[in-house]
Amino acid sequence: MPLLEIEDLRTYFSTDAGTVRAVDGVSFEVEEGETVGIVGESGCGKTVTSLSIMGLVPDPPGRVMTGSSIRLRGRELVGLGKNEIRRIRGNEIAIVFQEPLTSLNPVFTVGNQIHEALVLHRKLGRSDARRVAIELLKEVGIPEPDQRFSEYPHQLSGGMQQRVMIAMALSCEPDLLIADEPTTALDVTIQAQILELLADLKDRRGMAVLLITHDLGVIAEVCNRVLVMYAGQIVESGTVEEIFLRPQHPYTEGLLTSLPRISAAGARLRTIHGAVPDPASWPEGCRFASRCSHAWDRCMATMPLLLQSDGEGSGHSARCWLQDLPLSRKDQKGTRAPP
Amino acid sequence: MSSTLWSTPVSAMTESSDRLLPGRAVLTFVLPGLSQLMRGRIASGGFVLLLWLGFAWIPIMRWERVTGAISGPWDHQLALITWILGVTMILLWSFLQERREKTFHTISTRSQWSLAWRAFGKSKVAVASAMTVVVFYLVALLAPFLAPFDPAAQGSLLTERMLAPSLLHPLGTDQFARDVLSRALYGARISLTIGFVAVSISMTIGTLLGATSGFLGGKVDAVVMRFVDMVISFPRLVLLIAIIAFFEPSIFLIVAVLGLTQWPQPTRLVRGEVLSLREREFIQAGRALGFSRARLILRHIIPNTLVPVIVAATLGIGDTIVLEAGLSFLGLGVQPPTASWGTMVADGRDNLLGAWWISTFPGLAIVFIVLSFNLAGDGLRDALDPRLRS
Repeated sequence: MPLLEIEDLRTYFSTDAGTVRAVDGVSFEVEEGETVGIVGESGCGKTVTSLSIMGLVPDPPGRVMTGSSIRLRGRELVGLGKNEIRRIRGNEIAIVFQEPLTSLNPVFTVGNQIHEALVLHRKLGRSDARRVAIELLKEVGIPEPDQRFSEYPHQLSGGMQQRVMIAMALSCEPDLLIADEPTTALDVTIQAQILELLADLKDRRGMAVLLITHDLGVIAEVCNRVLVMYAGQIVESGTVEEIFLRPQHPYTEGLLTSLPRISAAGARLRTIHGAVPDPASWPEGCRFASRCSHAWDRCMATMPLLLQSDGEGSGHSARCWLQDLPLSRKDQKGTRAPP
Repeated sequence: MSSTLWSTPVSAMTESSDRLLPGRAVLTFVLPGLSQLMRGRIASGGFVLLLWLGFAWIPIMRWERVTGAISGPWDHQLALITWILGVTMILLWSFLQERREKTFHTISTRSQWSLAWRAFGKSKVAVASAMTVVVFYLVALLAPFLAPFDPAAQGSLLTERMLAPSLLHPLGTDQFARDVLSRALYGARISLTIGFVAVSISMTIGTLLGATSGFLGGKVDAVVMRFVDMVISFPRLVLLIAIIAFFEPSIFLIVAVLGLTQWPQPTRLVRGEVLSLREREFIQAGRALGFSRARLILRHIIPNTLVPVIVAATLGIGDTIVLEAGLSFLGLGVQPPTASWGTMVADGRDNLLGAWWISTFPGLAIVFIVLSFNLAGDGLRDALDPRLRS
């Protein structure tokens, strides 16, 4: 049984402009000990997906619609009572947010905050909790953990703060760690360190990681499998190799070609033209059609299904009608080199 | 030894860096504050020295009362406890200061509070006001030792009525031949206690209610805030007078009524803070760690609202003291013969021209304490808000 199974997740927000279908029929699985990446641009629904898993969607205006199913080890999370979902948060699923400084309470020392989580979830005594907290700080690579324990968040650097957040998330030994853009607020060298730490912790503790990012470089570094999200849907999913070497969806291709490359110095940076359609009124057909250079009548008229691309039984699938036209596709795009 | 004792601040600092001189150690315990005063720390050194002299004066002049306090009434026991604590704290402070100046180079990492403390210390007005507040509270607590006479005892109505200030009666006597100084000292207890307790009550209610209302939002928030609007729209003095007129006036009633009519303002203040706090990511992070709503409110929201609450409380004590004095002036507050500044002002109003001292001194006391609370509150706000720190 997979650790996490999500089936037809729909999270809608009611706003003045109408119902915003932020996450619209997302299904995927996370196996034990696996690292799955969700990639996509701002507003594609990747953060709302993670909040839906945690049961943290602000309600109102947001709502996980009936028919959606989020199962953790087979146990349905959608529709659980407030207290039941609270027991799962922090214990079985933990999350690390994007902004480490604002995610820490400014008036307490970092040690105090880890301590609180330990006392609450693991029912440790005061001195035990302190010892475990210092061990955790050491485990996430914080030098002089004894001193850092009694320092305030503002006294630490961004990287250290993010390590503290990870230590807090780990404090209850979760089975699944959701990392929502954990490196976006950090500079590049620190990003690499934090990713390394996440990969390291995953191996050591055997927990699964759901990594949410808009950075394909981050995905390539640590993930086993990738889900590409666009406009509230998964448009392509597969292993890192499949996604990076044989992208099937024009959006994935677009993302890959818009990465700046040193070998192409001096060349104009490729972008995807246009903007994401209005989430309050998604188009009838393919949601990427208006920005897609290969779009044809069928794309405008009907929504493509998420179909397996490399034949039956492979994990690689894409939501694109072009898959029905392998020849024309080859003609047009056969020359693009992998990044 | 004497040359070291009376050296200038600069040379004292260079000499004292390595060892604690025996002379200075003795000095620390005989006259705390003097050593700091000599180093040029005039404000803190002088203040502590004056306090020390005041504390020393008590057993010298009032030995019987101090020894009798052990088995005396509760207010005498409280005064004795205050005296012992005060002496201990002064000696401890002096000793720690001496130690700290010895290890001059230690720079510890500073918390938010120690930064605010330093910023507060930079404002002379705020420090002076805080010192005044401390002195007023000490005087109130030590009143049984300090007062020359029993505040309710009447002298001869023929010869001792409305005496002008003199050595025997430093602030004169009133129309019942009672000593004004003694009454003013005892009156400080009433005014300051009522101010402190009433504001504690209203701030506690306001913080809990405001935090809950702001955090939960929705219907709870709507109901609480409409109730707040209702209470605020009612003139407070009229409300107070109505309630007090209905019951038998007593000091507990005054405290309860003042405390229970002031909570709407802190409720609004805290709610406003919480509305922005609850959107902060650390609250989301707390939710993600599975913290309950009660825990989030009590452990994470409320500590973050303490700064404005402390400032509002400091300013609120001043207001409450004025209000209590006003009620007492109207005869609705503390009942005679118990002294309170408000009743004393009322007592003297018929003889303002003939015996000005009866109303003037308690009136001045009210002005000073309220001014001190307001200035100290302003200083606190400046010190606690990083944006206002220069």
